[in-house]
Amino acid sequence: MQASLSATDLACRRGDRLLFTRLSLVVQPGEVVQITGANGTGKSSLLRILAGLLAPYAGKVTRHGDVGLLDENPALDEHLPLGKALDFWRSVDGTPDTLVAHGLEPLMDVPVRFLSTGQRKRAALARLDAQGPDIWLLDEPLNGLDSDAAADVGTMVDAHRRAQGICVLASHQPFPLDGVRQIDLVGFAP
Amino acid sequence: MNGPFLTLLRRDLRNLLTGAHGSGAILPLLFFLSIAMLYPFAVGPNPTLLAKTGGGIVWIAALLAAILPLDGLISRDLETGFFDQFRLRGISEEWVCAARLIAHWLSFGPLLILACIPAAALLGLERQTVGLLMLGLLAGTPGLAAVGLMIAALTASLRSGAALAGLMLVPLALPILIFGAGALARSDPATLGFAGAISLLLVAVAPFAAGASIRAAREG
Repeated sequence: MQASLSATDLACRRGDRLLFTRLSLVVQPGEVVQITGANGTGKSSLLRILAGLLAPYAGKVTRHGDVGLLDENPALDEHLPLGKALDFWRSVDGTPDTLVAHGLEPLMDVPVRFLSTGQRKRAALARLDAQGPDIWLLDEPLNGLDSDAAADVGTMVDAHRRAQGICVLASHQPFPLDGVRQIDLVGFAP
Repeated sequence: MNGPFLTLLRRDLRNLLTGAHGSGAILPLLFFLSIAMLYPFAVGPNPTLLAKTGGGIVWIAALLAAILPLDGLISRDLETGFFDQFRLRGISEEWVCAARLIAHWLSFGPLLILACIPAAALLGLERQTVGLLMLGLLAGTPGLAAVGLMIAALTASLRSGAALAGLMLVPLALPILIFGAGALARSDPATLGFAGAISLLLVAVAPFAAGASIRAAREG
């Protein structure tokens, strides 16, 4: 079955504020969409709505395929060494003990709480990569990453795109990949 | 579904026993024993008085000790995104909470029941009272764990959730205390049946109530 993700006439309200309205979006397999917009325009909320973690104020989301989310929470146990923390998700996902790239090999014995922002982001990317979902939702995937790691994320997303996967990413920085469709949330402000 | 459940249970047990989430297993135990130790100092070493009221104090100590692990029982995983990741993998909040409830009880219940023996020695309780106490706690602590889990889930997204959780446990745990400690006053094990029944009901409801609370917290 091919992965697909579409949203019709989405609106999002947080508290008393309407963040965006009448947002429709169809993402084809093998397509990468970047959501841009200033802080507070609802990029993260949109990703959480697409993931099914947040109910939209109006509109509908249809998705086929497994969803993986990468946001500011790495969902790794702080007190555990990185290797053990990743093993938990490997066990939940039932994925084999694959090679962990992303420059994490020297960090496997380091407790997660000692990792820097960028290292946590790499660890979360490794978790997402091992999970191997059809639909990737990446919230600010480049935050805290150095230029090498940022280029790695571009390569990862490109490989995912080639495998007919879907990727929606929210970032206000330019993403290091060609052929990314841009959607500016400012155009959907009420 | 079986595989993830055991994996969840193993992680929860490790986190709760070592104190990575909540207080760990040793702190409630020491707290429980220190109340049993303080009581004779406070009321005086009158053996008749201690034997008569000591059982009730052990129950109060158990109830208060059950508050300690609530901080971080749910809120930690909510903050670090674990519940979001479980949801995306089709593991429902109810399922996660069922595992959490078992691990939560295992991390303090059996230890408190065993600690009744040294506590009884400190208070000079009679053998029959100790038996009723241990049976009572066996019937009552699962209910205390269930109430605690529901409250922890309900207060997980609040700023001063931990303090509030402690306060909320007291009235909600009252029925368990009445029937559990009531068995001591009447020396009647039949009353423990009520404590056990209340516990069972709470255990059955807790994963659903806690799951719904977590979903509500996510929307907030």
